[in-house]
Amino acid sequence: MPKANVTFEDIGVTVTVPAGTRLIEISEKVGAGITYGCREGECATCMMRIVSGMENMSERSVLEDKVLQENMAGRQHRLACQAQVLGGEVVVRPG
Amino acid sequence: MSAIELAPGVHWIGALDPDLREFDIILKTANGTTYNAYCVRGSEGVAVIDTVKENRAEDFFARLEAVTAYDEIKVIVLNHLEPDHTGALPELMRRAPQARLYISIKAQIMLKGLLKSDELAYTPVNTGDSVSLGDRTLRFLHTPFLHWPDTQCTWLEEAGILFSGDVFGCHYCDPRLFNDKVGDFRFSFEYYYQHIMRPFREHVLDALELIEPLAPGLIAPAHGPILRDAPARYVHRYRQLAVPQLQNEAGDHAKTLVIFYLSSYGNTARMAQAVRDGAEEVDGVRVSVYDLQGGEVGPFVDLVEGADGIVFGSPTINGDAVKPVWDLLSSLTMVNVRDKFGAAFGSYGWSGEAVSMLEDRMRGLKMRVPVKGVRVKLIPTDDELTLCRAFGRDLALNLTGQVVRKVITMEELNRSQAHA
Ligand code: FES
Ligand SMILES: [Fe+2]
Ligand SMILES: [Fe+2]
Repeated sequence: MPKANVTFEDIGVTVTVPAGTRLIEISEKVGAGITYGCREGECATCMMRIVSGMENMSERSVLEDKVLQENMAGRQHRLACQAQVLGGEVVVRPG
Repeated sequence: MSAIELAPGVHWIGALDPDLREFDIILKTANGTTYNAYCVRGSEGVAVIDTVKENRAEDFFARLEAVTAYDEIKVIVLNHLEPDHTGALPELMRRAPQARLYISIKAQIMLKGLLKSDELAYTPVNTGDSVSLGDRTLRFLHTPFLHWPDTQCTWLEEAGILFSGDVFGCHYCDPRLFNDKVGDFRFSFEYYYQHIMRPFREHVLDALELIEPLAPGLIAPAHGPILRDAPARYVHRYRQLAVPQLQNEAGDHAKTLVIFYLSSYGNTARMAQAVRDGAEEVDGVRVSVYDLQGGEVGPFVDLVEGADGIVFGSPTINGDAVKPVWDLLSSLTMVNVRDKFGAAFGSYGWSGEAVSMLEDRMRGLKMRVPVKGVRVKLIPTDDELTLCRAFGRDLALNLTGQVVRKVITMEELNRSQAHA
């Protein structure tokens, strides 16, 4: 199965995961400093920054895009409960 | 019901609420409060700055009508959208449909929730934007998080008046209204800062950078006395209050780690000592250990404000961490703990939920929790104390940025969760 490496910069942990894993599934378990609210892509509580590797992330869905825009997120922001890792190397941090 | 003049063509049109004793559930006031709204007349139209709480709307409209007709109102400014200042807005917009609404760029999402209407015309503004009333200009200062994300201040340039929103405000009701006329409101001013503004210390400093150069001749806040006598004193006081409450002698030379613990049989206390010993093996970390039983929440909050890392040691009793630990944690909303390092440990009898509950709470406060907590069943063995030392050392390494990067697989992660 194709793999991806996700590095949580705030805690210095890299996790090797199957491609297609949602960020929230990893971030919750490693204890990265990301918080969650609705877990359904509506509240933007889980907004996080992709430091590098955005090209290895799933495209924003219409819903995620709308919520991010409403919260004045930059292009490097994603919702942990929505975004999936597709492969390669991705580095993320809270905020 | 008459409006009160602050300067030619500038009136207070707010409302008094002398019987209020509790504001927003968490805030007390022994003197009620005022909801200050203002009306500014220019050669080409009138501006209304903020409104009042809904149940005081009648007073607001009566005062407004004393100084303007509705069809003269060209501009409505909301310095932030909290209901105590926007309660009369829907009705005001019905009475003055031609008026244009000016809100901060960060207020746009909230506005929909407030007015339950999509087709509302408004202009989002940022620092540097302004609106003209002919011979007078309103300039906007974006001062986010004081205390709402969308907070702004409005500067009436020609008159040197700053409409500051909740900044420089307080809950104090006195119909004499001006700071040189009302009773002694110093306590209320300080209390308001400590409970409303203190968590946003860094944002207060940013806002002061914008406000100080203006040297306002009068500050008109959204609650409490209007500051016309020596307004600079209040600006200066905010500067003083915005530096941390305790000076940290360790300064830039060392990171500070504070360990708070509580122990009923001495087990969690022994763990605390071991965590300290471990952390002290790392150079450049100053460690302090406090037994929560021997102190009050207030001073501990001051310590946390200045610390780089905080560790909580709590036994698990009845499936929960103990109350003094929660008391301190719930008071941490008074300061900014975002991005500080946090960790937890503790001994337990049957089950050890306290540690993960504390970790979750710290994450909720947006702290970083990089090292998994240590839990020990009853009396710690030598091996377990060694684990505590390693945990302390790990934390200290994280604090000083010397962390050894870890690489793990998803399977390992799932396995470690199953054991936790
Ligand atoms: S948790 Fe609400 S959007 Fe992700
Ligand atoms: Fe407010
Ligand atoms: Fe307010």
